[in-house]
Amino acid sequence: MGVEEKLPSGVLLTTVEGVAGYMRKASFWPATFGLACCAIEMMTSGGPKYDLARFGMEVFRASPRQADLMIVAGRVSQKMAPVLRQIYDQMAEPKWVLAMGVCASSGGMFNNYAVVQGVDHVVPVDMYLPGCPPRPEMLIDAILKLHDQVQHAKLGANRAAQIRELETEALNALPTSDMKGMLR
Amino acid sequence: MASTGATDRGDDLYAPGSETSQGRVFTVTGQDWDSITEGLAEGEEAERVVVNMGPQHPSTHGVLRLILELEGETVTEARCGIGYLHTGIEKNMEYRNWVQGVTFCTRMDYLSPFYNEATYVLGIERLLDIEEEIPEKAQVMRVLLMELNRISSHLVAIATGGMEIGALTVMTIGFRERELVLDLFELITGLRMNHAFIRPGGVAQDLPPGALDEIRDFITLMRKRLPEYAALCNANPIFKARLVGVGHLDLAGCLALGISGPVLRSTGYGWDLRKTQPYCGYEDYEFDVQTWDTSDSYGRFRVRLNEMHESLRIVEQAADRLAGLEGAPVMVADKKIAWPSQLAIGSDGMGNSLDHIRSIMGESMEGLIHHFKLVTEGFRVPPGQAYVPVESPRGELGAHVVSDGGTRPFRAHFRDPSFTNLQATSTMSEGGMVADVVVAIASIDPVMGGVDR
Amino acid sequence: MSDERDEQAPEQPAAEQAPENVPVAPGTRDNPARGVRSGMFGVSGSGDTSGYGGLVRPTVFPGAAERPYGGWFDTVADGLDGLVEGVVVHRGEITFHIRREHLLEAAQRLRDDEALRFEFCSGVSGVHYPEDTGRELHAVYHLLSMTWNRRIRLEVTCPDEDPHIPSLVPLYPTNDWHERETWDFFGIVFDGHPSLTRIQMPDDWPGHPQRKDYPLGGIPVEYKGGTIPPPDERRSYN
Repeated sequence: MGVEEKLPSGVLLTTVEGVAGYMRKASFWPATFGLACCAIEMMTSGGPKYDLARFGMEVFRASPRQADLMIVAGRVSQKMAPVLRQIYDQMAEPKWVLAMGVCASSGGMFNNYAVVQGVDHVVPVDMYLPGCPPRPEMLIDAILKLHDQVQHAKLGANRAAQIRELETEALNALPTSDMKGMLR
Repeated sequence: MASTGATDRGDDLYAPGSETSQGRVFTVTGQDWDSITEGLAEGEEAERVVVNMGPQHPSTHGVLRLILELEGETVTEARCGIGYLHTGIEKNMEYRNWVQGVTFCTRMDYLSPFYNEATYVLGIERLLDIEEEIPEKAQVMRVLLMELNRISSHLVAIATGGMEIGALTVMTIGFRERELVLDLFELITGLRMNHAFIRPGGVAQDLPPGALDEIRDFITLMRKRLPEYAALCNANPIFKARLVGVGHLDLAGCLALGISGPVLRSTGYGWDLRKTQPYCGYEDYEFDVQTWDTSDSYGRFRVRLNEMHESLRIVEQAADRLAGLEGAPVMVADKKIAWPSQLAIGSDGMGNSLDHIRSIMGESMEGLIHHFKLVTEGFRVPPGQAYVPVESPRGELGAHVVSDGGTRPFRAHFRDPSFTNLQATSTMSEGGMVADVVVAIASIDPVMGGVDR
Repeated sequence: MSDERDEQAPEQPAAEQAPENVPVAPGTRDNPARGVRSGMFGVSGSGDTSGYGGLVRPTVFPGAAERPYGGWFDTVADGLDGLVEGVVVHRGEITFHIRREHLLEAAQRLRDDEALRFEFCSGVSGVHYPEDTGRELHAVYHLLSMTWNRRIRLEVTCPDEDPHIPSLVPLYPTNDWHERETWDFFGIVFDGHPSLTRIQMPDDWPGHPQRKDYPLGGIPVEYKGGTIPPPDERRSYN
């Protein structure tokens, strides 16, 4: 986006961020990446009963170049993983990924040779949605939580700072495999 | 690699073009059509282009890759690349109990989960030799759920087929009606999709109170709604122009390619396993086998529409029979096979019925032992193999179940109708136009979960 | 000590089913016992303290049937005269075991003979029996006669060292993708297939996944400090 280069950093950026964030989340177009059963639930959430159009999201763009959100809906097989990565790469910034269903989040019930155990092995995921398949209401809930993230995404220098902060936090965080105990 | 255009220069980091042993490969990124036409004019195969459609594509009905060789707008060769949804379900089932296998196989053809479960369970029941002992209520419930599933699957077929040719209203009304069916499924089985409900020996649990009224309301409502599809599509000139004469495959072609289901019935041959080799008591229901005689996409559409009406008839008859079967058992009497759980709606949703827990913990030692053995070890199925196919909405779906006497399937292979029917893509598309490829595939109605398993 | 157990009784008297009693005659399906179960409860993967660990039971598959098979089974068997290695009749289904050299001719007769007319082939299913030495890979064909409304099963075997079976695509084109899938998953090479390539797995995948010696390939699952091994490495009852 050109606006953040033109404005001096810090000046009025918070208002601009607010407006930009609102624009992005209110018209947040998903890319069609329906794979298996979750794809059907994704289609029904675009259907009349659970209407995604009220969030401005009923246009599922076939071309990833025009999409903001990739909803990976369904099990990603080893053969499909490079295709998934290529579609993700073809999307323009800013982009978000929602892993819909347990198969996309972690491999689901298919702990075997053919399924990638979670699409976060292939693309960075912003929102995980468990369920097999998750109900359309659950999908909408995940999308609305993602809308919060989108709304509060920063621009320009603030975004670079935010990315640095998130990365250092992630690098210093305790890995899940080292978390012991009941974790209640 | 001397040529102009962003694609061939490899400027686009994420979608570079390249020169391969098969000739030049263009990856199109937009606004560079002239580079393609220039490149094409240079080559010897100046007129023929190999186009790759999918696997991510809105119109290929799932993750199907189509490799089309085009000469202008005509398709000279069409090939399918499948396997993008291969999940290794069959191998996974070899490491799970017989009952747990139901949860796996139900996710193969995810638009008709009850059929996957039914064919697998019928194979197990044949090996166990309890086919005669399945209670009548379980059989009627199986038929009821399978026919409701047929309606919902045909609705998706018509809806997505309509969407792929641009008729978006068909999509919205198709999914609207499908919601009604899914509500019924949720009421009876607890889940909207991928229910592991049909289990060896019967069904998982009894009908909840009030289900029959809901079913009857549904039937009345569908009788009013189904004619909407006919009114919208049957005589619609654009619909007919897109579908009539497209994807032609006559009876000889169908039999050579092993095609079954609506595609076969659209040639005029009324082969329906529910009539010819009935299972689950289908011989006691009154319904007609729907055929059409044009062997094209339009015929398949009409066959599916009429089959939905016939399914409604069967659902009505099943509901009538269920009304007289209040309190009947839904699982086989042999406690060493019958899945022991009972579910009930509690304060926090559906879960174990407290009455059932009280009875097995407090009253019945045998109940406790059976529950324990069945849940941890499972029952053993005598060695042998069985193949009991059912008539799924897409054709003949059969599970070849091999047992070696253990608690797990030794091999469970599913002969999926979508897998076999999709072989007809080449025959149906070659010689036609690109747009017709989409219509032809939509008329086969493949579900990639079943194709790739 | 071997404790033999017959798991079921097909339409033959039980005595014939004990492994050493099945006649190993030329042209019949010999020795239906494949594999052995040892230990009680079939527990594998951790200590069995029941004391019954010494139990050894062979798995006995349904044995060979003898004429008359009953009903229309005999008509079909007559049509296949001379080509059949063995016949098994179990739970109302008939399986013809056929040597791979005779497969094409048998399929030709089944498809073309007036009395047989098995026009519809439902596809090939591969099964891998690692303990059935010399006949490890089985290819199972289900044939349907729409004219006569009958179903039969053909079973063809081949050893691991020489996994070739003639392709039925010239006779039943529907087997095209099914044979590719069976090659992909089991390594059975179908001679005469127009293009035997991988269909489900990626084109450069090594190995044949659905064979019994191919691991399931799962990963251990960790959750809140506890780890569960993948399904093929867990303690199990089998």
